[in-house]
Amino acid sequence: MTEARLARAVAWVGDEAVAEAVMQCDVDVVAAYPITPQTIIVEKLAEYVANGEFKGEFVAVESEHSALSACLGAAATGARVFTATSSQGLALMHEIMYNASGMRLPIVMAVANRALSAPLVLNADHGDMMGSRDSGWIQVYAEDVEEIYDRTIQLFKLSEDPGVLLPSAINFEGFILSHDLENVRPLPTDAVHRFLGRPNAKYRLDPSDPTTFGAIATHDSYYEFRMQQVEAMERALDAFRRMEDEYEAISGRRYGAVDAYNTQGADCVAVVNGCTAGTMRAAAKEINRAGGNVGVLAVKLYRPFPSEDILKHLEGAKVAIVMDRSLSLGAPSAPLAEDVGAALRAGGRNLRLLSVIYGIGGRDFSVTDGRRVFDLAKGGFELSRKPVMYGVKE
Amino acid sequence: MSWKELNQAAVVKGGTSVEYTTQGWRVLRPIIDESKCTNCLLCWIYCPEPAIVRHEGAKVTIDYDHCKGCGICEAECPTKAITMVREP
Repeated sequence: MTEARLARAVAWVGDEAVAEAVMQCDVDVVAAYPITPQTIIVEKLAEYVANGEFKGEFVAVESEHSALSACLGAAATGARVFTATSSQGLALMHEIMYNASGMRLPIVMAVANRALSAPLVLNADHGDMMGSRDSGWIQVYAEDVEEIYDRTIQLFKLSEDPGVLLPSAINFEGFILSHDLENVRPLPTDAVHRFLGRPNAKYRLDPSDPTTFGAIATHDSYYEFRMQQVEAMERALDAFRRMEDEYEAISGRRYGAVDAYNTQGADCVAVVNGCTAGTMRAAAKEINRAGGNVGVLAVKLYRPFPSEDILKHLEGAKVAIVMDRSLSLGAPSAPLAEDVGAALRAGGRNLRLLSVIYGIGGRDFSVTDGRRVFDLAKGGFELSRKPVMYGVKE
Repeated sequence: MSWKELNQAAVVKGGTSVEYTTQGWRVLRPIIDESKCTNCLLCWIYCPEPAIVRHEGAKVTIDYDHCKGCGICEAECPTKAITMVREP
């Protein structure tokens, strides 16, 4: 990839955009294991290892548990580290995810979201990441390929912020985005390098000054170490905005913690994460052209949760439809709906909320489906005792 | 200690386990019968803690500050020189 090529837009699939971004981020160590639909990321990076363009260490591991373990060890030495996975692979990393965040290691991971077995399925839903939702990782959801590219670069900056020091995951729906060919306008590599600088870990494994990472804490101090992570997540909200300011200055692009379309004074706002935000925007525009008044609030930053932004943008709405591409079996609602509801209640708002489940296991969701979801809010509905299972075959 | 004062992420200097005693974890205490001990050092090899102490010109002793009472030394001793007895 030459700098000349970078001067204009290129066509990349989502996975490729991740690999190309990683190549520009001066990454020291990649340890990853291929799994559909993330495979192209690992294949692409392996190509760059083979042709000598990737200057860091590529650790070929035998499982995702090992992949993240190798990343953890490398990050503890102060290296810049990347991994990628999906679905069952993310589930296998689950144990190490808590260690990475607890040890405050700024590892960046790409997750091509795929539903979990059983039954086995290769297609997208957010169930994999939602399973590790509480692991202390910063989590963002992208909705197009250029955003995947930008976020991959951005997350190194955010994770390595001295006030943050938390691992982070860039999420994008498997196949829908991972294999979708779109235009991307890459940044020059030197601009990426200037934006990121180099990681400067306060603590690092060093044989000349031996330290223990993740030592035993006992009941006497475990809570306090977790409190430090609570604070770091809080600081990540501000760090995210600062990081976006800096990135906008070099790229002209900004996504925000949330993206709002026609939310002020809308009769109904759909709150959604991932690529369906675009689908809902298209549906909303069709409805509004026909005289309707609906909006869309895309939740880009999921952890830390941007509660203030949610409150601000749902200020005038009469109804919010919160759309989840994941199930929380046995729960009263679904992850995003519960978070939005909690943010609204904490802010003293008592908005009517409808929880809608959609797109499970890669079930297709079109603009027509988007219009139908907005229709659910028409003429009132039973206050959501249970989520609407949109699109399930009865 | 307040979370504001604690070192980040429980990163600690190496060697602090020397300062942290584990004798309170023990239910059974290993006692060495010096008359049976041949100082073969199998207990020293098998002990998962550095709780068996070697001495120049003398037989092994036990560091009761760090022995957790697991009993591996008793199980491995070929001359049955180590016996686990209940802590008082």
